[in-house]
Amino acid sequence: MTSAQIEIQLIACIVAIACAIPGTFLVLRKMAMISDAISHSILPGIVIGFFLTEDLNSPWLILLAALSGIITVVMVEYIQKTGLVKEDTAIGLVFPALFSIGVILIAKNAGDVHLDVDAVLLGELAFAPFDRLLIGGTDVGPKSLWVIGTILLLTLGLLIAFFKELKISTFDKQLAATLGFSPVLMHYGLMSIASVTTVGAFDAVGAILVVALMIAPPAMAYLLIKDLKKMLVLACIFGVIAALAGYWMAHWLDASIAGSITTVLGMLFLAVYLFAPNSGLISVLHRQKRQKIEVHLLTFLLHLQNHREKSERHINHLNEHINWHKVRATSVVNLALKNNMITIDDHIISLTEKGKIFTTEAINYIITNKSAAIEDMKERFFLFRG
Amino acid sequence: MKEKIAIKVDDLTVAYNFKPVLWDIDLSVPEGVLMAIVGPNGAGKSTLIKAMLDIIKPIAGSVEIFGKPYKKQYKEVAYVPQKGSVDWDFPTTALDVVMMGTYGSLGWIKRPGRQQKKEALEALEKVGMLEFRSRQISQLSGGQQQRIFLARALVQKASIYIMDEPFQGVDATTEKAIINILKELRKEGKTVVVVHHDLQTVPEYFDWVTFLNVKKIATGSVKDIFNDDNLTKTYGINYKVSVLQ
Ligand SMILES: Nc1ncnc2c1ncn2[C@@H]1O[C@H](COP(=O)(O)OP(=O)(O)OP(=O)(O)O)[C@@H](O)[C@H]1O
Ligand SMILES: [Mg+2]
Repeated sequence: MTSAQIEIQLIACIVAIACAIPGTFLVLRKMAMISDAISHSILPGIVIGFFLTEDLNSPWLILLAALSGIITVVMVEYIQKTGLVKEDTAIGLVFPALFSIGVILIAKNAGDVHLDVDAVLLGELAFAPFDRLLIGGTDVGPKSLWVIGTILLLTLGLLIAFFKELKISTFDKQLAATLGFSPVLMHYGLMSIASVTTVGAFDAVGAILVVALMIAPPAMAYLLIKDLKKMLVLACIFGVIAALAGYWMAHWLDASIAGSITTVLGMLFLAVYLFAPNSGLISVLHRQKRQKIEVHLLTFLLHLQNHREKSERHINHLNEHINWHKVRATSVVNLALKNNMITIDDHIISLTEKGKIFTTEAINYIITNKSAAIEDMKERFFLFRG
Repeated sequence: MKEKIAIKVDDLTVAYNFKPVLWDIDLSVPEGVLMAIVGPNGAGKSTLIKAMLDIIKPIAGSVEIFGKPYKKQYKEVAYVPQKGSVDWDFPTTALDVVMMGTYGSLGWIKRPGRQQKKEALEALEKVGMLEFRSRQISQLSGGQQQRIFLARALVQKASIYIMDEPFQGVDATTEKAIINILKELRKEGKTVVVVHHDLQTVPEYFDWVTFLNVKKIATGSVKDIFNDDNLTKTYGINYKVSVLQ
């Protein structure tokens, strides 16, 4: 690897981590959309800042652009407070307006400078190593590495100092307020960090990737883990994985790095969404199918208990008698057999002792309306699940 | 007898989007009572306690906690919100939620330590939830979640406890457990204010009551004012207390 390659990957990883931290809280606050709004509406701030400073990495530009991010949040909240429209509508009203002001400003004034709409949306990570920071004539590394590195340190410092306050104001705003932690202050603090991070990252990776890096890694972590600290760490890890994998994908395909990272994020998210152990789609479908079979098993066992006469217990009769068509009769019978709840003797099915106890207990639970307890009972009786 | 006033509400008017939902409320809650706030849905009960807790800013009037504004007294007050007011899918455990009750005494930046954990465990024990301490909160039943909220209020070691419908959706056992803890708090001289919906149990559980329906209808001891007249004024239907009791 050349040093430029290493620098690009380093910048991508740091951007990913710097985005995942505020992103985790945005996801938990169900405010994912606001990051989209911020990332677009900082454009007028960037353009005006650029006219004033002529330097895309100037701290003044970053502050000015972050300010337009905050203005977006304030405007969204103001419109929402009138009670006339919902939050997502308010977001949809505000950010296209600000974004288009930015686009017009660029088109009118900055036609010949390094600032165009493509660069804003997609960034160009590949060029990041060419813009060096010189201190007293010595080259200390790419400028954007310093910018985003500083922002990451700031974010980490604030996260460590105010973790408890962030947690409580995210989980229970009202409790936070009654305990003397101003949720409004935490809210705007978080929004400021999200804005500053977006501005700092946009030059390197563009507005679209910033949003993807803020939302997708925390959303994946949220599906996998139920502990806030671990969720933060996992979100950072997902971000870094996507950044590195995306970089090499772009390298091999000779494609845009930001675009490739976004693609990897999308694929990763799809995988987690499908395969997450408890909340993933496959696991949910599996659980539903299992419950369906088990409900049929229970009706089957109840029928056996209610009808002692042989004709009612003949295997062919059961097929007609109970409404099987939704599940395969054999899978129900097999499940009962595997769990030692029935025996089959010359096509006649009988409940075993265990089957009888299970059925009686289950009826009890159903009658007393403690259906939740049935799951617990299944754990005790079943050797195999449906 | 001159008793100390725990909460004093003066000429309080609260509006959402300029539409008043509480009109000119005057109310004094004496220290050491177990008070129910009753009234129909939408009467402004939740709004009243949010205004007491400075969560909502009134358009007129004021609230004093032991003679001072809430901001100076927040350590004296513990709040149990309506269960639905938080996201129970939040990635955290029962113990962690209870520990949040200690954050107020910690103040900014300082992190909870061993002492806070010990207090939280004691509170969990008190509400009978110790064995669920490391459960993810979404995996608790509604009644268990309510107990967690109560434990969180207990660790605040406040003088005033304010609760919004703590009995909502809990079974008879949990309701008895909660009311016993509330009565114990009263015995320790604490003031407890509860938004309550089950009129039948008011005389059994509480010694003080406020009738509310946008305006304050009446406030006083259950013995004196829990009667047909006030119930009818509040709910607008003919109530017979004799039947209720
Ligand atoms: N955030 C809000 N914005 C606008 N109106 C609100 C808001 N919260 C409550 N209201 C209105 O204020 C009135 C009082 O509401 P509040 O929640 O205080 O009633 P409540 O007595 O607690 O009712 P419940 O018994 O249903 O809990 C209602 O008419 C309600 O629609
Ligand atoms: Mg209410």
